[in-house]
Amino acid sequence: MLPALSVNGLSASYQKNKVLDDVNFDVNPGTLTSIVGPNGAGKSTLLKVMLDLHPKLSGSVSYFDSTYYKVKSRVGYVPQRGSVDWDFPTNALDVVMMGLYGQIGWLRWPKRIHREKAMNALDKMGMADYAGRQISQLSGGQQQRVFLARALVQDADLYFLDEPLAGVDAATERAIMDTLKTLKSNGRTVMVVHHDLQTVEDYFDHVLLLNRTVVANGSTNEIFTKENIFRTYGGSLRWMGEKSG
Amino acid sequence: MDGGEIRMTNLLSHNAQWVLLSMLILGMAAGIMGCFAYWKRQSLMSDALSHAALPGVVIGFAILGVKNLPVMIAGAAASALLGALLIQWIRSSSRVKEDAAMGIVLSVFFGLGIMLLTFVGRMAGASQSGLDSFIFGQAASMVRKDVFTMTGLALLVLFVAIIAFKEWKLFLFDPHFAKGLGLSSRWMNSVYLAILVLVIVIGIQAVGVILMAALLIIPAVSARYWTNSFKWMVVLSALFGGGAGMAGTLISTFGKGWPTGPFIVIAASSLFMVSLAFGLRKGLLLMFLQQRAQKKQLGQQLSNQSVLERG
Repeated sequence: MLPALSVNGLSASYQKNKVLDDVNFDVNPGTLTSIVGPNGAGKSTLLKVMLDLHPKLSGSVSYFDSTYYKVKSRVGYVPQRGSVDWDFPTNALDVVMMGLYGQIGWLRWPKRIHREKAMNALDKMGMADYAGRQISQLSGGQQQRVFLARALVQDADLYFLDEPLAGVDAATERAIMDTLKTLKSNGRTVMVVHHDLQTVEDYFDHVLLLNRTVVANGSTNEIFTKENIFRTYGGSLRWMGEKSG
Repeated sequence: MDGGEIRMTNLLSHNAQWVLLSMLILGMAAGIMGCFAYWKRQSLMSDALSHAALPGVVIGFAILGVKNLPVMIAGAAASALLGALLIQWIRSSSRVKEDAAMGIVLSVFFGLGIMLLTFVGRMAGASQSGLDSFIFGQAASMVRKDVFTMTGLALLVLFVAIIAFKEWKLFLFDPHFAKGLGLSSRWMNSVYLAILVLVIVIGIQAVGVILMAALLIIPAVSARYWTNSFKWMVVLSALFGGGAGMAGTLISTFGKGWPTGPFIVIAASSLFMVSLAFGLRKGLLLMFLQQRAQKKQLGQQLSNQSVLERG
């Protein structure tokens, strides 16, 4: 099967610190993968480098056997919630509409059909009642749902999500995971930066263990073992004791 | 009644009417660009850029020996862009933070401009007349051709801001996401800087390098107090900017040799004070009333509770 995403020998640095060193992995289409690793392992940086938001030192990334710029419209991205200023004067529907700007066309105004699409996506995330709400007045979980709705309207084949479950309420976590599973069952490929080791097995069928370089990559059943997790986190893992006890 | 009208038209010569109209359009362009700068967190950057324009103005004058607005605007733009590049270079290649870098560039360029102004004044003697107006602004010193140049360029800025309104909004709110949709950050940044510098340099003859930033900053922050929609914030900011530009210019024409910049700033600040006090979004009066209502409610709840507890 042709991989949806193929990363070869990718390296990147922040200032003088190398945060990614010779990263290699493939992701098959129709999979739901979590990227797991300790703080500073380069998880967010990996997403940014793959999306050309951060320069790479070396290596290559190919999407659907092509380059990022050729298949850009097939790639969706949900950045960390903290990456934007939620004080910006706009409402939830307007933010979701932004996901359609590529389809609307540059220098053109959105039409009714675009508004309906955006409304539909908000509804899918259980946010229809908040369409006209100022984004600054949404809770963290609601803001995250708006971001996910914005990604949904893009109708992409490959999605990257940067910590979508960080600091959200249980209902939002459920809504987001349901949506991601639906995407997967529709043949879309989803990669999620994830920090909660307890839920990896329940939520994701594939896992990429990362600590500056790939420690292990594959299906959760095979790869997500105590041994591999320990190799990824080194001594900094206190969680193991709780689980085995 | 009639007499008053006649006096008014006498006071406002044909030229003055044109100046007023051009200040309205300049103020609107500045108000819009001020909104963009506000959400790019670069309000102070506009101040640094306008100060950095002064050496270019003087050099433009010194080369030709006469006052020629297009050449001086070009000089101002070159010098402001050089300032912007310097700020970026200082920030990225040293440990100096952006605010300090702006402080350095602002004062060094302004000092250099004043120094050059002194030399040019000595060399060219009386023909220097009018150059001083670039410091505090002298809208009345603009001749018809200057007015047309300024108005045309301000309209261009308005056009670029309005035609790509949706793109500006996306770029200002979430540039990373914009890039994912194919809206190049580098391109948008360049256009943004270009039209910001354009507004500044066409405004400095009328408003002055020292106070030009006020016309960019004050209307935008005032507009923020009235609306929760980006579109309306931009529209209001344009109206406030245009209004302040016109009002300040009008007042400054009442006295011979009165500088325009300070009156524009006073007019804009008055609008800001009104917005701060009575604004519908987080205005002081509204906040006070809301707080009082909340306290009252809370007090009532507490007294109900204590009644229940006692009962």
